[in-house]
Amino acid sequence: MSINPQEFLIGVLARKLMGARHVAVGSASPLTGAAALLASELSDTPMRVTILGSKSHVFFTEGSRELFDASAQGRIDAFMMGGGQIDGQANVNLMGIGPYPKLSVRWAGNYGTPYLYSLIKRTVLFREEHTRRVFVSKVDYVSAAGVNEPNVFRPGGPSALITSLCTFGFDRKRGRFMLESIHPGHTLEEVKDNTGFDFDAPEHVPVTAIPDNRVLGIIRDAVASQIAETYPQFAERLFGIGRRAARTA
Amino acid sequence: MANNSKIIVDLDTLISHIKDGCRLAIPTDFNGMYSGAAVSATRALIRRGVRDLHIIGVPTGGLQADMLIGAGCVKRMEAGSMFLGEFGVPPAYARALKAGKIEMRDSTCPAIHAGLQAGEKGIPFIPLRGILGSDVVSYRNDWKVIDNPFGENDPILLVAAITPDVMLMHAPMADRHGNIWIGRRRELAVAAHASAVTLVTVEKIVDTDFMADEQAVTGVLSNLYVTAVSHQPKGAWPLSFGNDYDEDAEHLHLYVESARTEEGFKAYLDRYVFEREVVPA
Repeated sequence: MSINPQEFLIGVLARKLMGARHVAVGSASPLTGAAALLASELSDTPMRVTILGSKSHVFFTEGSRELFDASAQGRIDAFMMGGGQIDGQANVNLMGIGPYPKLSVRWAGNYGTPYLYSLIKRTVLFREEHTRRVFVSKVDYVSAAGVNEPNVFRPGGPSALITSLCTFGFDRKRGRFMLESIHPGHTLEEVKDNTGFDFDAPEHVPVTAIPDNRVLGIIRDAVASQIAETYPQFAERLFGIGRRAARTA
Repeated sequence: MANNSKIIVDLDTLISHIKDGCRLAIPTDFNGMYSGAAVSATRALIRRGVRDLHIIGVPTGGLQADMLIGAGCVKRMEAGSMFLGEFGVPPAYARALKAGKIEMRDSTCPAIHAGLQAGEKGIPFIPLRGILGSDVVSYRNDWKVIDNPFGENDPILLVAAITPDVMLMHAPMADRHGNIWIGRRRELAVAAHASAVTLVTVEKIVDTDFMADEQAVTGVLSNLYVTAVSHQPKGAWPLSFGNDYDEDAEHLHLYVESARTEEGFKAYLDRYVFEREVVPA
């Protein structure tokens, strides 16, 4: 079976979630939602998936503040988020471009990221666009800090960064990204040319493994039908199934 | 129980409790269950010409806030983020910020929830974990970082209680006494508990008493906290209201296109808020 770039990224993201007991995904984020559902399907142990904005993938009965309270208690152990700018220390900017508060471009704002990034054990950063516009040496505004002073209580933080070109790991002690693998068809030169921060790389950088046919089958069947409930347009575009075909969990 | 039928009023009476300059809490536009945004009440507020509002998004702002900002009703906006679903940053808000017409008090969603929880308890502040290292802490001069008095060398953030003058929301139903069924969206109840006045528009009013029904009552905001209720079918339009109606994507698209310019926004208000015939220029 041939795999399209979005299915490939769903498979790559899901690998970074394995072993979690409870994955949370923000709203307006169909690819990461699909990745969480795939990881749950592939997991040998029970893995709960909370998709904010969904009806069937939300387990809270005490209102939307329960997500935050549960996160602070360690009841959610993996999270995925993107960012308008991400720098080499894994600081994430969701506020805008320019000197705050006189921004030249304003984005939506912090949401819950300053909190969730610190408290949920691992966060997988995901941004498809791999350019120097996004991956900067220093973000213009720190919505969510990649690292803290050692005396700050911080059980969580960045564990990986996935883009359309490659996969990075993150060393929390040193506060640096480390290239893990480059996606098929791309080169180290290309990654360097399009990244505005310094990062470490092994002597021989592996090629990111392509999800196998079994995984691809799960993406197109179980994942597609579940994600269609929350993101019907995305499911229609990628898998050709709409809301009506959605499986209600 | 006391008969509270006087609690059920018409829309103009309901919004008469929202005074110029008040701190007004409104729910986020987008929720998997239903939008709690009282959009028809928002249109009535714009028609009345309310001014200088301090809006608190619980915990984010969207269409309602954007309409009020565009119509010049808002002095200050406080929210964890501002977005219009797939349409991105609300256009009238973006224009007003650029022109320096409003003050934006950027926050983060859990700080707003926690601030309201403190307000509900009647305590002046609440500590919460995380957030340290974010620029939001350095720019919020009403927040403090202290050393955990129960620990050692353990910095922790304190945020001030949030006690809105008014909470305005749209809910699925009220009973004849003005008890409001909100279902599992308990954050709406927390915001109501923290607010001096709560105003609710509802899809329907049912001739029953939720307080006498053990199953219904777990999803109820008691009328102890409710000042006024108004019957507003389709009161969240053009936003979605769970199983009752989907979001009117076509209208939202039209709104976003119109609100990009001052002229377009005025024409939108004339047509859909003031309900005047638009005379082509």
